[in-house]
Amino acid sequence: MTARTAFAVIAFAAALIAPFVVHSDFWMGFLITTLLYAYMGMAWNVLGGYAGQVSFGHAIFFGTGAYTSTILHISFGLNPWLGMVAAAVAAGLVGALIGYLSFRYGLRGSYFALITLAFAEVFRILANSFEFTGGGVGLYVPLKIGWWNLQFPSKTGFYYLALALTCLSLAIGAWLENSRFGASLMAIRENESAAEALGVNAFACKLKAIILSGAMMGVGGTFYAQHYLYIDPTIAYGPGVSVEVLLVPIIGGLGTMLGPLLGSAVLHGAGELARRLMGDVPGLDLVFYGVLLIVMVRFLPEGVIGLLRRRHKPGAAHA
Amino acid sequence: MMRRTKTNVTRRQLLAGAAAGAAIGTLGFPAVLRAQVPSVKVGILHPVTGAISYSGTQSRAGALIAIEEINAAGGIKALGGAKIEPLLADAQSRPDVGAAEIEKLNEAGAVAVIGPYASAIAIATTAAAAKHNLPHLVDVGVADQVVTRGLTNTFRFAPGLAKTVETAINNLVKLNEAAGKPVKTVMIIHEESAFGSGMASTLNAELPKHGFEIVETIKHANPTRDFSNIVLRVQARKPDLIIPSNYYNEYVLFARALRQQRVQTKGIYSILGGGASSYKFVKEFPDAAAYVMDCNHWFDPRKAQALALKDKVEKQGLFFTYEVFLNYCNVYLLADALERAASTKREDIIAALASSTWDKHIMPYGPTKFVNGQNEGAQPVNTQVLDNDIKVIFPLEFASANAVFPVPERKG
Amino acid sequence: MLELTILLPALINGLTLGAVYALVALGLTLIYGVLHIINFAHGSLLMAALYGVFFLNTGLGIDPYAAIVVMVPALFAAGYVLQRSVIGKASHGKDQNVLLVTLGIAIVIENLALALFSADTRTIDTPYAFEMVDLGIAFVPLPRVIAFIAALAVTAVLWFIIARTDLGRAIRAVAKERQGARLVGIDVDHIFAMSFGIGTACLGAAACLLLPTFYVSPGVGHVFVLIAFTVVVLGGMGSFVGALVGGFIIGVTESLGGLLLGESLGQIGIFLIFIAILLLRPTGLFGSRLS
Repeated sequence: MTARTAFAVIAFAAALIAPFVVHSDFWMGFLITTLLYAYMGMAWNVLGGYAGQVSFGHAIFFGTGAYTSTILHISFGLNPWLGMVAAAVAAGLVGALIGYLSFRYGLRGSYFALITLAFAEVFRILANSFEFTGGGVGLYVPLKIGWWNLQFPSKTGFYYLALALTCLSLAIGAWLENSRFGASLMAIRENESAAEALGVNAFACKLKAIILSGAMMGVGGTFYAQHYLYIDPTIAYGPGVSVEVLLVPIIGGLGTMLGPLLGSAVLHGAGELARRLMGDVPGLDLVFYGVLLIVMVRFLPEGVIGLLRRRHKPGAAHA
Repeated sequence: MMRRTKTNVTRRQLLAGAAAGAAIGTLGFPAVLRAQVPSVKVGILHPVTGAISYSGTQSRAGALIAIEEINAAGGIKALGGAKIEPLLADAQSRPDVGAAEIEKLNEAGAVAVIGPYASAIAIATTAAAAKHNLPHLVDVGVADQVVTRGLTNTFRFAPGLAKTVETAINNLVKLNEAAGKPVKTVMIIHEESAFGSGMASTLNAELPKHGFEIVETIKHANPTRDFSNIVLRVQARKPDLIIPSNYYNEYVLFARALRQQRVQTKGIYSILGGGASSYKFVKEFPDAAAYVMDCNHWFDPRKAQALALKDKVEKQGLFFTYEVFLNYCNVYLLADALERAASTKREDIIAALASSTWDKHIMPYGPTKFVNGQNEGAQPVNTQVLDNDIKVIFPLEFASANAVFPVPERKG
Repeated sequence: MLELTILLPALINGLTLGAVYALVALGLTLIYGVLHIINFAHGSLLMAALYGVFFLNTGLGIDPYAAIVVMVPALFAAGYVLQRSVIGKASHGKDQNVLLVTLGIAIVIENLALALFSADTRTIDTPYAFEMVDLGIAFVPLPRVIAFIAALAVTAVLWFIIARTDLGRAIRAVAKERQGARLVGIDVDHIFAMSFGIGTACLGAAACLLLPTFYVSPGVGHVFVLIAFTVVVLGGMGSFVGALVGGFIIGVTESLGGLLLGESLGQIGIFLIFIAILLLRPTGLFGSRLS
């Protein structure tokens, strides 16, 4: 335990001083993306990993967050920091709606996965059709650089924000692993009827999980919009984000505190490695990435975290 | 037809192989090269994978041809004959990846970046490049926001959306008046994303002012799998003119469905049409393409350099699309700025671009004149598919043929 | 009113379009029904099959319909090998890992196609592409009519294989209770691979029937994959008749939705039906499983 604590402190200290050591904006950008996806991967992990409700449509929350803060900023001049809070609320509400419908009707497994996918498509089509979302034209976040405007003049600002979000997500993971609520979610994942027999209100727990998960994703959406200054229905609600945030925790270690962080680091590292190795023929780097994905699943069925566990306590069962 | 397609493929594979070879080459002996001839690194950033990879690949090809030509002609003379060294980058059809690639190019020592085809990606890449004061030439990226955000590093050689739609409407009015006003009713069929939607709303606001009645505007999804019902509606509304704006795949399906149902109109007039001014479309669907008009980026058919380039591109087994020649021009525009700046300092290059009056391009534009990053001399032109070829019909000073409008009735 | 005069032709269009969707979904429903996995590679396998048909046509001059005799066995073999040597081995029988593996396969196939064939949109030229069949109320392109009939035929063939052959009995046993099937001596891995192979073979047929009226590019799989999932859920995962009827329903919904709500917003009808079915009747219209 002490060794672990020491390691955590060192890792955190390293993360804090990284901007002073890393002078490359490219690598800073790489770290920002890695941390952002680690954070959003944990958002997915709350519902998909701990509670066992695999979602294919987490872009619903990401997109809702991105649109909420951006629309409020453009139309009502709301400060994006406050917009980020509004994004969390809006995405949480959408989570409540989808969760209420799906869990009320007892959807599980692939049925739940598919309904989230369908909702994401519905949102994408709606965003495409309405005036206030800019329709297919999308929305441009006005370029007004300044930290109070959530448009940092350098990568360092975005880095510390992403780092703060990641630390928050790790804290949420730690809380889930040590709280009654987290234990209830894991009990539901293992056997829902058994959990209910033990007095867990599965419906309420799952609903709370999807709201928390959605709200976290919503913040990620605002982060994205402020970072890249443009969103459209496909960026916001398309399958790209949904797939990426589920890959991250599954590759890292489903339902674990460190899984999303490890997964994000490995996936983005693999992507970058592929680009550097495979040269300029379009697509070859992604072929390599795909192969790497399959190989990782083949040899690390428990995720990257399995590698660490195997070393620490052999035979430790995956929760 | 069959055999030609086959050689296409093998040529393209060869090309891919050559590109890989070139990449290995730059990794393998850069030290030797650098010791002898100085080089200027230029970022060539396009979406060569993902949803819009076709356009990205075409763009890259155009840029590489220009670089090869410039290097063969002695490189940048003001820099001691420095060769342009392309740093190829892939935006994967995603704005965030595009922005990350800008950082990589910046650190790899690019003196400027050309790309990234799509407006959504350009919004992210120009802002990222601005932070390093890295000159960014936007090749296509028609959204007006690309150049209206006060970024001093951003230059767009080609016309933006507002200018294009305005020209398209003006030319349509002239065309219609010259023909004795055969067109009164118009139907707009557009794709749902930024470019189609933006166009449709401008058309709906402007066309009625010129006496056109818009009988229906149909917005369709990307991808749309079937155009039968849209064509049914066209048949029922019987518009004099159809204005489509869609991406290539949808354009092909739509044109094919129109042909299948034997739809008769007085004309098809597209704006930045996915297929209308595409040699690929004309070659593969000559029947559906006949007489289609388009208002689009197009080269000046009277310039020998343009025709030589077309020949060269076709010899590589590629189609001569606007992505190719716009990127080709952007490389030359940058080369001109480098010659005048006689420096690889970013601020010098930006100053040289901003004061650029370059007129040796292959486009039907005047000399370049950048106002807030937009080349005010740029304009789209009208083309029409005539005799299985694409001819310029408007403006008249660049025209290579007379417009056939209204189009003759079809038999069968 | 305009909408009424074209209602019937639009309905016909919807049905023929639905037949195409059913063709793509039939294989997916078999794979889901037996292996209980969501196969993300389905769209990219369709794309690969379309390239196969394209090159047989442009390279060797083989008519796309004649190409069925090549494409069906080829895709069967590809599916069998893929399941036996990649998906089965790499996934360790875990659902989330199957997901990743099929996703990985999709990324590999799609980008391999991009690297090898470039991003060009390709079409083939057939003498009958513009032939129309007069159905009294509408003119329908001949290739669409052929695809419609073929969808019925493929459904019948699949039903026959599953309901009337020894292989079908083994597949049903595995679908229902894989441990039990193993105990009575069925080679479950072989049956999984056979099911995946047959499901993929359906894509070979679908590609041959689709290409005369469509196009192929490395991303073409995405055009159909979501629709195919919708059809599978609607009809009931594992039900062939369900996939056929589901295809028709989705085709007609898309067609009429486009008419009433506009082509872009009209797409929403598909997903609203999908959501409603999931909520109210998650086993689909025709029940799930291969029974």
